[in-house]
Amino acid sequence: MKLSEKYRDEIADILGRYPVRRSALIPLLYLAQREEGFVSEAAMKEIAGLLRLTPPQVYETATFYTMINLKRVGKFHLQVCKSLMCALAGSDTVIGWVKTKLGIGPGETTSDGLFTLSAVECLAACGTAPMMQVNEDYYERLTEDTFDRILVDLKRDGTCSLKSGPFMWPEPANAVRRET
Amino acid sequence: MPKHEFILFKNMMQPGYAGSLQEYERAGGYQALHKFIGKVPPAEVTMAVMKSGLRGRGGAGFPTGVKWGFLPKDYQGPRYLCCNADESEPGTFKDRQLMERDPHQLLEGIVLTCYAIGAESAYIYIRGELILAAKILEQAIEDARAAGYIGANILGTGITANVWVHRGAGAYICGEETALLESLEGKRGLPRFKPPFPATHGLYNKPTVVNNVETLANIPHILGRGPEWFASIGSPPKSTGTRVFCVSGHVKRPGNYEMPMGISFRELIYEVAGGMRSDKPLKAFIPGGASAPFLTPDHLDVKLDFESVAAAGSMLGSGGVTVMEEGTPMVWAALRLMEFFYHESCGKCSPCREGSSWLVQTMRRIVAKRGQMEDLETLVDLCKNIEGRTVCAFGDAAVAPIMSTLKYWRSEYVTLIQEAEAANLIKLEPAGAKR
Ligand SMILES: Cc1cc2nc3c(=O)[nH]c(=O)nc-3n(C[C@H](O)[C@H](O)[C@H](O)COP(=O)(O)O)c2cc1C
Ligand code: FES
Repeated sequence: MKLSEKYRDEIADILGRYPVRRSALIPLLYLAQREEGFVSEAAMKEIAGLLRLTPPQVYETATFYTMINLKRVGKFHLQVCKSLMCALAGSDTVIGWVKTKLGIGPGETTSDGLFTLSAVECLAACGTAPMMQVNEDYYERLTEDTFDRILVDLKRDGTCSLKSGPFMWPEPANAVRRET
Repeated sequence: MPKHEFILFKNMMQPGYAGSLQEYERAGGYQALHKFIGKVPPAEVTMAVMKSGLRGRGGAGFPTGVKWGFLPKDYQGPRYLCCNADESEPGTFKDRQLMERDPHQLLEGIVLTCYAIGAESAYIYIRGELILAAKILEQAIEDARAAGYIGANILGTGITANVWVHRGAGAYICGEETALLESLEGKRGLPRFKPPFPATHGLYNKPTVVNNVETLANIPHILGRGPEWFASIGSPPKSTGTRVFCVSGHVKRPGNYEMPMGISFRELIYEVAGGMRSDKPLKAFIPGGASAPFLTPDHLDVKLDFESVAAAGSMLGSGGVTVMEEGTPMVWAALRLMEFFYHESCGKCSPCREGSSWLVQTMRRIVAKRGQMEDLETLVDLCKNIEGRTVCAFGDAAVAPIMSTLKYWRSEYVTLIQEAEAANLIKLEPAGAKR
């Protein structure tokens, strides 16, 4: 089904935020990605129509941003931060765990299509390194034990309770976790 | 360390505080909005922020009130506020905490700023990965709208300020204010040539203010308690207020610490962050995010304020302090950051686009022990040809790690190259050829 039919209200809401239609481009690319897991050429053409742009204008923007996937990725996209501050805390070791436990290196996907590994740049979690993002969630202060548990939980439940909540580090005394 | 007052972290340090509208109001939140909006003329609000001495927390440290004052007074069309929540500078993780733990503090600052500059729309440009923060902000905006703090006719004053969250999609350069504007317009995030500045030609070519999250979060406090109070904190007259310092690397207690500006690196690292994580002494630190040149143990008594860090040859930047212990290979560290800059170079300016690629290749060669002495001159030459020759400050930032490690730890480069040469001689001798 076309995005414009399935998400009519949401698209109208997005368009209503901006005085110039083109500003809705990244939000609409995200919408397309949510639907298919990546942004297909068909979706780009449809978005171009919605925003009265040419398909190359959409393509031009879509290809600039690393979070817009132009190809299918695994069900769980492991994004391990490899920037300096995480590297000081052992992020290369985390990438090594992925290699030994799942058999994939950066840019690769497991043959069952479950996991894709990307080595990414700083994700604003340097004080709680090493860390990785999996789809929408952050996992911080990784150890081999927590890493193993995350993989097991993801496979079984699709999520893991070790994911970060609202961030504060160091944690305040008597911290509560707010569920969102 | 003398005791000091928390401003931005005050609420979130309270046991159990989770940042809801009710909690924020109970802690005295939105009082500044009640007091100022529609009651005090906008120009006086701007004047108060000027008097407070507040300077931008995003990296450049530009005086906030002065920036607001640059907007054309007589312009009739729309004006915009963009809150820079891109937070992508390696070593920086404070805005994330400010947004996720006390979102209304930021929203109150945004609405007050909209009022001061005459903007009816504000966009929070948040880095795409911070999905939880974006959700928390969306919820907070909805709650504030229902309570009459955001939207049309705020608190019955007839004043309008709408706030929207706009997610980026993974590009460090979009933290640069004009790249941010391009991105928000749905384009590739390529910085614009300045002038004209965003104050006159910003979002959709309209007068625009771009301010960092932490900058805006200070506004309710400055107005609520008065600019004189704010100006007395920190290291007046030029570095007033507190900063949230993000400490990472080899310390016992990494994390975000709100401290008055003007404390020393020694205090921050050894007292606040608990000192080095093991018995290895400190070797190097980065004082203000990946764009700031490295400093050495000789700089531990430098004060964390804009002027002092600049005088020491680096910059306070984003407030990200990264600590490295003895034994950390400095050429490797510089290469890690150089790989970041190479990956993030937007490609607009040739010196940066091409130069960052050459720099990474040369550095990789040296670290892999395949370098030669001429490489050191090549590095300096490349850096000099990038620095100051690009549209935005990214180019200057990209050369900082290499230039500063070459300055203080040149011998480590030389050792790697000598090892490479020695290995080469052994390998090549039988063939009798020089490489
Ligand atoms: C390459 C580059 C990246 C930047 N990234 C950020 C960022 O992530 N967040 C931010 O607030 N400012 C960033 N800045 C600074 C902004 O251009 C701008 O100065 C700032 O948002 C202004 O707000 P302030 O005056 O409140 O600091 C960056 C600048 C450059 C050159
Ligand atoms: S360096 Fe990994 S999150 Fe910042």
